Amino acid sequence: MAVTNYLILAAILFSIGATTVLLRRNAIIVFMGIELMLNATNLAFVTFARIHGDLTGQVLAFFVMVVAAAEVVVGLAIIVTIFRTRRSASVDDVNLLSR
Amino acid sequence: MTTTSGEAALFGILATLMVIAALGLLFAKRAVHAAMCVVFVMICLAILYVANEAPFLGIVQVVVYTGAVMMLFLFVLMLVGIDAADSLTETIKGQRWIGIVFGAGLLVVLVSVLASTDLPAAVGLEDANANTNPTGLAKILFGDYVIGMEVIGVLLVTAALAGLVLTHRQRLGARTTQRSMAAERVAALPEGRLLTPLPAPGVYAQNNAMDTPALGPDGQPLEHSVPRVLRIRGQQRTAAEVLGSEETLRSHLGLPAVGTALDDPQIPAIDEPSDHTSTEERD
Amino acid sequence: MQILGLAPWLVGFPLAGALILLVGGRRLDSWGHWLGVLASTASFGAGLALLLDLLAQPTADRVHVYSLGTWIEAGSFTLDAAFRIDPLSLTFVLLVTFVGTLIHIYSVAYMAHDKSRRRFFGYLNLFVASMLLLVLADSYVLLFVGWEGVGLASFLLIGFWDHKIENAVAGKKAFVMNRVGDMGLITAMMLMIWQFGSLSFDDVLSGAPGLQQGAATAIGLMLLLAACGKSAQFPLQAWLGDAMAGPTPVSALIHAATMVTAGVYLLVRSAPILEAAPTAQLVVVIVGAITLLFGAIVGCAKDDIKKALAASTMSQIGYMMLAAGLGPIGYAFAIFHLVTHGFFKAGLFLGAGSVMHAMDDSVDMRRFGGLMKALPWTAATMGLGWLAILGVPPFSGFWSKDKIIEAAFVGEGWRPWVFGLVALIGAGITAFYMSRLFFMTFAGRRRWPVKDGREVTPHESPALMLWPMIILAVGSVALGFVLQLGGGFTTWLEPVTGHVEHHEPVLAVPVIMTLTLVLVALGIWLAFRQYAMSAVPVEAPRSTVLVRAARQDLYQDPVNEGVVMLPGQVLTRTLVYADRAAVDAGFMSLATGVKKAADGLRQAQNGFVRTYAATSLGGLLVVAAIVWALAG
Repeated sequence: MAVTNYLILAAILFSIGATTVLLRRNAIIVFMGIELMLNATNLAFVTFARIHGDLTGQVLAFFVMVVAAAEVVVGLAIIVTIFRTRRSASVDDVNLLSR
Repeated sequence: MTTTSGEAALFGILATLMVIAALGLLFAKRAVHAAMCVVFVMICLAILYVANEAPFLGIVQVVVYTGAVMMLFLFVLMLVGIDAADSLTETIKGQRWIGIVFGAGLLVVLVSVLASTDLPAAVGLEDANANTNPTGLAKILFGDYVIGMEVIGVLLVTAALAGLVLTHRQRLGARTTQRSMAAERVAALPEGRLLTPLPAPGVYAQNNAMDTPALGPDGQPLEHSVPRVLRIRGQQRTAAEVLGSEETLRSHLGLPAVGTALDDPQIPAIDEPSDHTSTEERD
Repeated sequence: MQILGLAPWLVGFPLAGALILLVGGRRLDSWGHWLGVLASTASFGAGLALLLDLLAQPTADRVHVYSLGTWIEAGSFTLDAAFRIDPLSLTFVLLVTFVGTLIHIYSVAYMAHDKSRRRFFGYLNLFVASMLLLVLADSYVLLFVGWEGVGLASFLLIGFWDHKIENAVAGKKAFVMNRVGDMGLITAMMLMIWQFGSLSFDDVLSGAPGLQQGAATAIGLMLLLAACGKSAQFPLQAWLGDAMAGPTPVSALIHAATMVTAGVYLLVRSAPILEAAPTAQLVVVIVGAITLLFGAIVGCAKDDIKKALAASTMSQIGYMMLAAGLGPIGYAFAIFHLVTHGFFKAGLFLGAGSVMHAMDDSVDMRRFGGLMKALPWTAATMGLGWLAILGVPPFSGFWSKDKIIEAAFVGEGWRPWVFGLVALIGAGITAFYMSRLFFMTFAGRRRWPVKDGREVTPHESPALMLWPMIILAVGSVALGFVLQLGGGFTTWLEPVTGHVEHHEPVLAVPVIMTLTLVLVALGIWLAFRQYAMSAVPVEAPRSTVLVRAARQDLYQDPVNEGVVMLPGQVLTRTLVYADRAAVDAGFMSLATGVKKAADGLRQAQNGFVRTYAATSLGGLLVVAAIVWALAG
């Protein structure tokens, strides 16, 4: 089996995550889609590290994880705040900008 | 470099499961199911990291994503309402088709790029991991990327603060204390509220006492001594009923009626539960 | 030259007076008018000192320039703020300050009952300062400052009683028509800068003889336009009659004696330019001749004593313009007539003011008559002024006007005959209408207005008003004779106008003189027969077409309105319409288009975050595809 298969898996996961963001309305699920996309890139990073024999790829994946963790904290806090005021976790309900 | 057949088998199984689980994210009706699917994907990813000679990242993946991030997600899901099923009907016109087409298009583009790219043969990480994988990582992390490391630390602290600030709720009134509650009770006296705890239900020989009103010092039944729930359900018994059954028992036993012993056998009827605004709360 | 340092003070005294009076406020009300008189008198004193100094010098050295320093410096163009003291400017200075001072004194009494007498004197001082600046300036730019200053003072004084709407309108009319003339002066200055690169008199006048014919004609005609505006000459004459709305001393000082003659001053000062442009000269003469007859004809029909005098002023300035256009032989006589006219016309106006004073501010000559006995001093002074303007020897007018008529007959071809005859006939008509004015006012039966059932009782004016009139009357009698003694005045002006050899007119001088006197006598007799011997109707009879036209100022206002105002209004309205329909509409439609486009684009902003995500993913796809295609 070629190592490229990992990359194809990463591409598939990334696409599924992106589609989730476009199609789901629950803010938490949308958020999970984003996490999925981040993880897919991480897989690609790790695979490239293996292909090139260079650990820097893993370091970058590590950074991505940390940033993702920080992002989750803020993002979920925003979702909670919105839910408190609007009693809804649907991203479609947050469209004040259109008016 | 090709992988071992063992790894190929592992990948074959895990990749299939992962794609199915990821699709679960797309199609699951309940958010909790979606979250569990993602947890599964993450754990599989951790295994794949280890297979890709990144054991440290595999552990971190489990600890950070599965252990922290996904648990945070579940926590928020509980907060927001776990049983709210997400409707899958599309409200934005054409959004579903756009999403599908774009998602598929993205997949096509990415896979075509991969297919057309001539990647070099994998070098492998034996040399890099010679001093164990965490040591190798640490050298790069605290060598080339030390500033990035510091910045990311700042970022984390900031994010933690942001989480605090965003979820902070402003207290709008004074805190309720025992003293303030006592004052409230005294203030409510003119409205007919009781200062003392409510009386316990009546105790009689024949029946479960919870549904029978107690009798006051004046011989009158105390309506509010019956628990509120029973009264709402209409399950309380009136004092007349209780006395009636006692009389029946006495007549069975051939004892003289109680009423004769009393000066005033007439028991006034108890009002049906209707106006209980002042007494219905029972601490 | 120590004494030349007085030149700035000539302007400075009245200017300071004006400033103090206008800024000082009500606390000056009780004595402010005497401050005005003092400022004017001080100016006259300074002028007199300069005159004595100048007379003590040889004729050739009588032109001085006193510079205050560089005024304008722009690249190669530099201009000094300088005063020019020469016989011509000094003549004007003395005329303006002397007559001005007399009229100041007269006004003290005439305006005694006016609440804003202080303001009036402030304006008078402003006028004197501006007029002196105008005549003393050594460059066209400084002259223009004074030119505008007198225009402003004239506007302020015509509309002095602006609580009456007609007065305010008259002031506005004068102001606007003067602006037309100012355009001429500004254009002339532009042409001068183009031709000479300088605007000082020395540079322009010394360079004038070398000027090309076309440029000289253009500058000359523009200067004539300026002069026409200021001096109420055809075709810009319409404002002078209405200007009589101002207080009578103003009419005497500004609209008879001094300001309206500024145009003549300008032309005489710019004589070398006119001499380089014969065409312009001819036009000047024609304008003078037309105005001469125009004013005379209008004067014959006016029943308003001040408007009749205004028409007469117009006509007399026509004489001066005619003289100024005749070339070197006419300049001195133009200025000579200007000076004598300044005296007798100011005297006549002050007399008219005195009559109005006596007759309850009435100006209708048909309601006067027989005032000789009631106002003996006024009648006497006005009578002397009347004889002077008629040109009866040996009064002032004879010495100046007859010289102009003689000069008009000098030349070759058709010109001397036409212009000479016009001047001659003008003298006859002048005799008629001035006599008419005099007889209607002082002779005949009394036709005094009745007020509250009682006839007004005329009374002689106070001494403060009478003395200026008497002094001016003396001037009307003797000034002409004194100044012409031994050709004194023409010699005095020679440093400016140049020496002229005597030319023989096409008719013999005695013949011209006799003809003039005969015509004058005829005019007097006609007027006497009609207005002194026979009764004058109180209401104006319908009369002939010509008289009706003359009463309407020969339809100058309808003509102006029809020829200039109406097309102008049509043009403006068209432009406004075009502006709205084309320019504004263009910009509006542009704005509307932008707004519509923005509204359309706004539809894409539906506020749904998923739509935005889809858009960004689509963008990513496009970019990725392009990069891939390029790499492949």
